[in-house]
Amino acid sequence: MSENLLQLRGIGLAFAGHTVLQNVDFHVAPKAIVSLIGPNGAGKTSLFNCITGFYRPQRGSIVLDGAAMHALKPHAVTAAGIARTFQNLRLFREMTVLENVMSGMHCRTRSGAIGAILGLPSQRAEEREIAARAEECLRFVGLEEALWQRDATTLAYGHQRRLEIARALATRPKLLLLDEPAAGLNAGEKQDLIVLIRRIRDEAGIGVLLIEHDTGLVMQISERISVLDHGVMIAEGSVAEIQSNPRVIEAYLGQDDGEADFDL
Amino acid sequence: MSLSVIIAHQLVNGLVLGSFYALVALGYTMIFGVIKLLNFAHGDLYMVGGFVGFLALSAISGVVGSGWGGIFLAMLLSMIGVGCLGVLIERIAYHPMLHAPRLSILITALAVSLVLQNAVLALTGGQYTAFHTDLGFGGIHLGPIFISYNQMVLVATAAGLMVALEFFVTHTQYGRAMRAVAIDHDMCRLMGIDVSAIIGVTFFVGTALAAAAGTMAGAYYGSLWYFMGFLIGLKAFTAAVIGGIGSIPGAMLGGLILGLLESFGTQIPGIGSAWKDVFAFAVLILVLVLKPTGLLGKSEQERM
Amino acid sequence: MAGRNIQAARLLGPLAAVAENPRLRGPALGILLAVLLIAPPALGSYATVILTNAFLYVVLALGLNIVVGYAGLLDLGYAAFFAVGAYTVGILTERFGVNFWVTLPIALAVAGLAGVIIGGPTLRLRSDYLAIVTLGFGEIVRISARNMKITGSASGLTGIEQPWLFGWHIATPRDFYYVFLLLAVLAVFISVRLAGSRLGRAWLYVRYDEDAAEAMGIDRVRVKLAAYIIGAMFGATAGAFFAVNLGAISPESFSFNQSVLILMAVVLGGMGKIPGVILGAFVVIIGPELLRAAGDLRLLIFAIFLLLIMLFRPSGIWPGRRAGR
Repeated sequence: MSENLLQLRGIGLAFAGHTVLQNVDFHVAPKAIVSLIGPNGAGKTSLFNCITGFYRPQRGSIVLDGAAMHALKPHAVTAAGIARTFQNLRLFREMTVLENVMSGMHCRTRSGAIGAILGLPSQRAEEREIAARAEECLRFVGLEEALWQRDATTLAYGHQRRLEIARALATRPKLLLLDEPAAGLNAGEKQDLIVLIRRIRDEAGIGVLLIEHDTGLVMQISERISVLDHGVMIAEGSVAEIQSNPRVIEAYLGQDDGEADFDL
Repeated sequence: MSLSVIIAHQLVNGLVLGSFYALVALGYTMIFGVIKLLNFAHGDLYMVGGFVGFLALSAISGVVGSGWGGIFLAMLLSMIGVGCLGVLIERIAYHPMLHAPRLSILITALAVSLVLQNAVLALTGGQYTAFHTDLGFGGIHLGPIFISYNQMVLVATAAGLMVALEFFVTHTQYGRAMRAVAIDHDMCRLMGIDVSAIIGVTFFVGTALAAAAGTMAGAYYGSLWYFMGFLIGLKAFTAAVIGGIGSIPGAMLGGLILGLLESFGTQIPGIGSAWKDVFAFAVLILVLVLKPTGLLGKSEQERM
Repeated sequence: MAGRNIQAARLLGPLAAVAENPRLRGPALGILLAVLLIAPPALGSYATVILTNAFLYVVLALGLNIVVGYAGLLDLGYAAFFAVGAYTVGILTERFGVNFWVTLPIALAVAGLAGVIIGGPTLRLRSDYLAIVTLGFGEIVRISARNMKITGSASGLTGIEQPWLFGWHIATPRDFYYVFLLLAVLAVFISVRLAGSRLGRAWLYVRYDEDAAEAMGIDRVRVKLAAYIIGAMFGATAGAFFAVNLGAISPESFSFNQSVLILMAVVLGGMGKIPGVILGAFVVIIGPELLRAAGDLRLLIFAIFLLLIMLFRPSGIWPGRRAGR
C-alpha cells in the first residue's frame, strides 16, 4: 500500500483539563473520499481544527505527504496543501464572489506593496493569474459568470456553499476538508454536491475528507468511514464494515438527543 | 530622608493614587464584563463626576458646609447623576451597536469620550476650575511619616465603596445577574434574566464609582479640568488589565499595584515626574503584550 | 474671509458629482487637479495655507485609512508616526546639517522600524487592546519628545531649513502648496494601486474574517504588519514635509488630539473609501475654519457629528460602497 496522503497518530487535545480528543489515529489515502462521522460533540470539528492548525494538539503528529503539520499555523497548513470549508458559512462579506475566490490564491502568489505601487509586469501577470484561477474554480463548481460580481453574501444559500468550495479549491490543495457541506441543502442540491465531490477527486486529483450528518450522503459517497465518539476513534472501515459494526451502532443508539437518526 | 521613610511615604502616596485608579478601573472591568466593550468614555465620566460633585457642593455647601460631610453628600449626588448619564450613554450610543463590528463600537465609544470632553471644554472655556473645600491640613505623625486626615478619609471611602460593591455583586439579585450576564447573554435570556436591564444597572454602578472618584479627586487636589479624565482613564484601564479585565477583585488589586508602581517608579533615578506617564504606559504595554489576561483574569480558549 | 471660505467649500462639488456617476470619475479628477494646479494665484495666502493643510491631512488620512479602513486596526496613536517623520528630519537637518532629501528615506526607514517595533508584538492582541497600546505608544512618543534634549524639549525644534530641489528653493507658501498637492496625489495613487492588489485584498479578508483568511493561507500577522508599516511611512512622509514647511516643530503638534483628528477624517469620510477619506480630510480642515464663529463649540460640534455618523451612517458621508469596485 502506498503512503497515506494524511496521517494522524496519537492525537490528544484537551481544553482546560477537559479531554476533547484522545489518542486519535486516522488517515486519508491519496485521492480518497473519506468521511468522519460521530454523534454530536464527538470532537469531529475539533479534529478538523487540529488538522488545519486552528488548534494545537498537546499530543501526537499530523503528517501531510511526508511533511509535519502539527506545529504549523493555519495559513502555513493551507500553504502546505490542506484547504477547508466551515460548518457555518464564513464568506468575506461586502466582497464580490470573484474576490472571495481570489483569496485562495494568496498563498500561491508573491507580489507585495512595491510591485503593486509600481505596477511591475510580474505583479500584473500575477494579478491575471489570480483572476484566471479564481474564474476556473468558479466554473468548476458551477457558478456562472453572471454571479461573479455580486456580493458573496447575496447569493442563494446553495450557491454560497459552492462558493466556499471554490474558494478552498483556489488554494490548490492536495486535501480538501469539508465541514458539513450538505447542511441546509435540498435533495437536488445534495445530488449536485455528490457529483461535485467526485469531480474534485477524479478531475482535480484532490483527496476529500468530510464531516457530515446526512448518513445517506455519507454512505453514497465515502470509500472509507471513520467514527469518532467522545473523542475516541471507535471504528474505521468501508461503508459495509461500519454499517455492521456493533460499537458504532451502540454509540449512535446510546445517544439521547434528537440526533439519533443514524439509519443503518 | 532615610530610605525607609521614602518607602513609607511613597506607600501612602501609592495607596491614595491606587484608590482612585481602583475605583475607575472597577467601572471599566464591570462594563467590559457585561458587553465586552472598552468604554473609552469612562475616564471622561470620572471627569464629569468631578464637575457634577463640584456643582452639587456649591449648591449645598451653604447648608452642610464644605467639609467631608458636604463632600460626601455631593459625592452621592454626583454618583446618582453621573450614574444616570452613564445609563443614558449606554442606551443612546452603545445599545444600538452591540452587534455591530467591534471597530464601529470602539470608534463610537471614542466619539462619546470626545463629546463629553468638548462639552465640558465649551462650558469651562478650557480653564481649570478651583474646587474649594474646607478640608484642613491636619493629620497624624507616625514617627517621621505624616499621613493627612484627608488621605485617610479618602482611602477609607474608596475601601468602603469597594466593600459595598463586593456585597452588591455577591449578595444581591442584580449583582448575581450581572455576573451571569458577563458569562453568556443568550443563556441569561433563556433563564428569564432581563439582560438589557442588567447592562443598564452595570453602567449605573460602574459610572457612579468613577463619579465618586472624580469628586474625591477634585476635592483632594483642589482643581478640575476637562482633560483630567484622559490620563486617569488610561491608567485605570491599565490597572484593570493588570488585575485581569472582567475581574472585580482584579481591578482593585490592579489599581493598588499601579498606584504603588507609579509612586515608587518616580523615585527611580532617571524616571522622575516628567517620565512618570511614560512609565505607566510602558507598564500597560508590557502587561498587554506579556500577560493580556492579567493576574486574576481567566484565559480564553487556547487557539493559535 | 467668509467669501473665501465659501470658495473652498465649493471645491467639494465636483467630488460629490463623482459619486453620482462612476464614469465621470476620470474626467472629474482631471478637472479637479487642473483647477487645483492653477488656483493659487486666485486663492490668496489664507486659502492657500488652508488648502496646503488639507493636502497634508489627505496624506495622513489615507495613511491611517490603510491601517483602520483596510486592515481594520484601530490606531489611536497615529500622530506618533507623523512625529517620527517630523523629528527625524528636524533633528538630522537642524542638528547635523544633513540634506533634507537624504533625511527623507531615513525618516521612512525609522517610521517603518517604529511600526515593526510597536506592531510586531501587539498585532496579535484583541482590537480594543491594540487601540489602547497604540494610544500609549503615541503618548510615549510625545512625552519623550517633550523631555529629551535632542528633540528640543517642550519648545521643540526651530530653524529647520527649507529644502532645495534642482535649484528651486521650496520656501513660499505657494511652493509648499504644490509640494503637498503632489504628495496628496501620490498618496491617492498609491492607495488606489494597493487597494486593487493582492495585499489590498488580503487586508480586507483579514478585516472581515480573520479565521477564514487564515484558512485561505493568509498570514494575518504579516498582512497587518504590512498595513502598519505602510501606514507609518505615509505618516512619516507627511511629517517630514510638515517640518520643513513650518520650519519649526513642537511636541504638541503630535498630541492625542492630532491622532483623533486624523481618525475623524477617515471615519467621517468613510473608512476604506479613498474619495471619502479625501473628503473627510477636507472636512476636518475646512470645517473648523467655517465654524470659526462657534469658538469653543467647534470641537464639540465635530465630536457630536462623529457620534451621529457612527450611529446613523457608520460607512461615512461618502455615498456608495468601498472604493475600487
